[in-house]
Amino acid sequence: MAAQHSKSRRATNDPLWLRVLLICVAVGFVSVLLVLPLAVVFAEALRSGVGTYFAALKKPAAWQAIKLTLLAAGISVPLNLVFGVVASWAIAKFEFRGKSVLISLIDLPFAVSPVISGLIYVLLFGLQGLLGKTLAAWNVEIIFAVPGVVLATLFVTFPFVARELIPLMQEQGDEEEQAAIALGASGWQTFRRITLPNIKWGLLYGVILCNARAMGEFGAVSVVAGHRGRTNTIPLYVEALYNEYNAPAAFTMASLLALLGLVTLAAKTFLEWKVHNQLRATLEPTSAE
Amino acid sequence: MKLAFKQHSVLPGFGLTLGCTVLYLSLVVLVPLSLLFFRSASLPAAQFWHAVSEPRVVASYKLTFGASLVAALVNVVFGFIVAWSLVRYRFPGRKLLDALIDLPFALPTAVSGIALTAIFAKTGWLGQFFYPLGIQTAFSPLGVTIALTFIGLPFVVRTLQPALEELDAEVEEAAASLGASRWQTFYRVIVPTVLPALLTGFALAFARALGEYGSVVFISGNKALQTEITSLLIITKLEQYDYAGATAIASVMLVASFAILLGINTLQWWAGRGRLKGV
Amino acid sequence: MSIQVDHVSKSFGRHQALDDVSLTVEDGELMALLGPSGSGKTTLLRIIAGLDIPDADERAAILFHGQDVARRQAGERQVGFVFQHYALFKHLSVFENIAFGLRVRPRSTRPTNQQIEDKVHELMKLIQLESFGRRYPWQLSGGQRQRVALARALAIEPKVLLLDEPFGALDAKVRQGLRNWLRRLHDELHMTTILVTHDQEEALEVADRVVVMNQARIEQVGTPADVFHRPASEFVMDFLGQVNVFHGRIEGGQAVLSGLVPAGGVAKSKQPGHLYVRPHELEIERYLNGTPAIPACVARVNPAGAVAKIALTTREGGDIQVDLPLERLEQLALQPGETVFVSAKKARVFTPDYVI
Repeated sequence: MAAQHSKSRRATNDPLWLRVLLICVAVGFVSVLLVLPLAVVFAEALRSGVGTYFAALKKPAAWQAIKLTLLAAGISVPLNLVFGVVASWAIAKFEFRGKSVLISLIDLPFAVSPVISGLIYVLLFGLQGLLGKTLAAWNVEIIFAVPGVVLATLFVTFPFVARELIPLMQEQGDEEEQAAIALGASGWQTFRRITLPNIKWGLLYGVILCNARAMGEFGAVSVVAGHRGRTNTIPLYVEALYNEYNAPAAFTMASLLALLGLVTLAAKTFLEWKVHNQLRATLEPTSAE
Repeated sequence: MKLAFKQHSVLPGFGLTLGCTVLYLSLVVLVPLSLLFFRSASLPAAQFWHAVSEPRVVASYKLTFGASLVAALVNVVFGFIVAWSLVRYRFPGRKLLDALIDLPFALPTAVSGIALTAIFAKTGWLGQFFYPLGIQTAFSPLGVTIALTFIGLPFVVRTLQPALEELDAEVEEAAASLGASRWQTFYRVIVPTVLPALLTGFALAFARALGEYGSVVFISGNKALQTEITSLLIITKLEQYDYAGATAIASVMLVASFAILLGINTLQWWAGRGRLKGV
Repeated sequence: MSIQVDHVSKSFGRHQALDDVSLTVEDGELMALLGPSGSGKTTLLRIIAGLDIPDADERAAILFHGQDVARRQAGERQVGFVFQHYALFKHLSVFENIAFGLRVRPRSTRPTNQQIEDKVHELMKLIQLESFGRRYPWQLSGGQRQRVALARALAIEPKVLLLDEPFGALDAKVRQGLRNWLRRLHDELHMTTILVTHDQEEALEVADRVVVMNQARIEQVGTPADVFHRPASEFVMDFLGQVNVFHGRIEGGQAVLSGLVPAGGVAKSKQPGHLYVRPHELEIERYLNGTPAIPACVARVNPAGAVAKIALTTREGGDIQVDLPLERLEQLALQPGETVFVSAKKARVFTPDYVI
């Protein structure tokens, strides 16, 4: 039974001084720890003036980094989106043994440190790795090159869409799909006409998070790309600039990512609300009083 | 009678979707990960031990583990206050605060890394107040802890919020009607009820902090034996082409993460057994 | 301990839950607050307990044994409150749940561990769950949980026991058993008890006096017999037991209502009114014999019960329910489809501003 803390519930009210104190502590803590870093990024980026800001963005190295970031995200997100949908269909609409094991396995990349996520690909494709000699013979470069970056990004963003869709589809159940099948629809038609509209907000939510991680991943990509300067995503470029003591340029690039972060946050909040509303609408008629 | 692998269902596509799922999962996740274990398992024991017990490596364990623990504990205290205020009180800007909690999730780690360093460095926005007092907030274990607190906060708050929302007002009223003071109600009734969520949030923040790289590597300063985190050491070994060393250290980290994950799952199962019966 | 409630009102936003309610509860009596949902009965109970605060009003007062307790917190009023959904502490055992009120006493008045143990065991015996001390709420049935909730409230030795729809969530059989058990307990303890319920059977069976509430006001206070046989308003009569309603007018001191005229009563003028008759207050005859009666067609005869229930339809299409003793049914030998005459032995008339 949900708690209803209306003003008149005397026994569950805290004294005013306590409320004020706790709220101040909460707001203060969040402001210092979370808001301040955000503010600093924009402040430092614009410190040397708006002209310098845009000049930093126009550099060829900057564009290289932006392009690589977009490429990595552009490949990882759609792939993991399809995977997420396929996996949640299998998991949410059917009952089979080993389901929880499967779900835990899908969650694995979450539990693994970013650096280790990169390390495993180096172990596989690096010069001293398992397939290193083979790849060198074929003149295929994976580590320290674009394919490696894409692979590492793929790994770390693997669970995002699935994690969002699985509980959502489980809560929605499969009655509507069963009805569609009983009416003669094919599997694909059922998915397209019934399932997809129901999960569209949750799907978008997963995609937003997946994309944020794809564009912002640092640790794993850092390991795989090396510090060669040839293959930089935006986060790696930020690090490179920072290590060259070019703080204003570093913060300028960082501000792009910060903007991405803010857009992600806004989209996330909006979509969360949408998903919640949709769930409530589908569940309300059947919930007991 | 043998239990069927799958219950009968009229919906199509099971074989196809499950097959694709397992295939993709293996290719992208399982094969690379298991490679790590095979590589470290194939290391001669002596070499493995040497790699994971170097003084420099041990120093990194102490720093990483210690800072992560402290950061998670700080998040438990403040995260509780934040979650409590968000759930129980109404104040202007509450919705904005609620949305901001996810900032560490949404912001790329490199960005938070340089931002936190800028704030807490000697000439930084906040660092300029601390350094004269003799408190080194950057390029020190304290700096590492601050960064780890940043990324761990959402875990505690987001796990606590649903638990606090589910608290039954009547149970608090029952305690009050039986003569308990507000404080007694808090530590005898409220805290035990949300304890599983609190512990889960702690464990999640702790696990994340152990493996964190981007947010920490700028503010840590990376002085060998003093302010190196374990993730950084793995990269250092790789750059020296010491694959064996990197693998060994990585497997130690992985085992620790999995142990914590197992702990979380056990916790959630233990907490759930009472709830499942429904009261 | 007697309780006096004066001029208490309570609104939640735009919804008026209590409207200028006053009530006196005698020391040691078992009083039932009866009414439909939204009538305000739970709000009144919670205000007495101190869990809700009444709206500001100079005349408003809540007195326990003559003393104003409005300022006191719930924990200071020495009331035992039993919640509708038990509100047991899920993380504590049955023993610890019952002991809770004793453990949180300030150091100076806290009993020793031994005393607490003795008291809890005594109570577990009272609720007949002696060996359940180590169990947890999720291991108990609904009825058992309710008894634990009661024992927990009794542990603090309250002066008043307040129960909010305590048996609402239970099966009919369990409810009946607990009802009887509660009444016996009350007879033993003589504690002032107020029980909130929407189940009239429960209220009429268990209580010394019943307070019928409707839409934030008190309709009537009286013994079960009072409220059932001498209802003060249409609502009370309609809410308690079954009732047939006829429409008509009052003329010259007599009600002329669809052909039925009850005995007695003086009225001022011609006014519209409703005639309320209980099923057992109607009589069926095959032929007119001088008493005013309505012709009606027998629709259904149900002899399965302590009395026979006859359903009839009037010419205008209205339904009448008559309860006849089984012997009388045998005498009449009624068959569905037959036309008979229905007269009233006793009836009550309610007009908008006049009650006969």
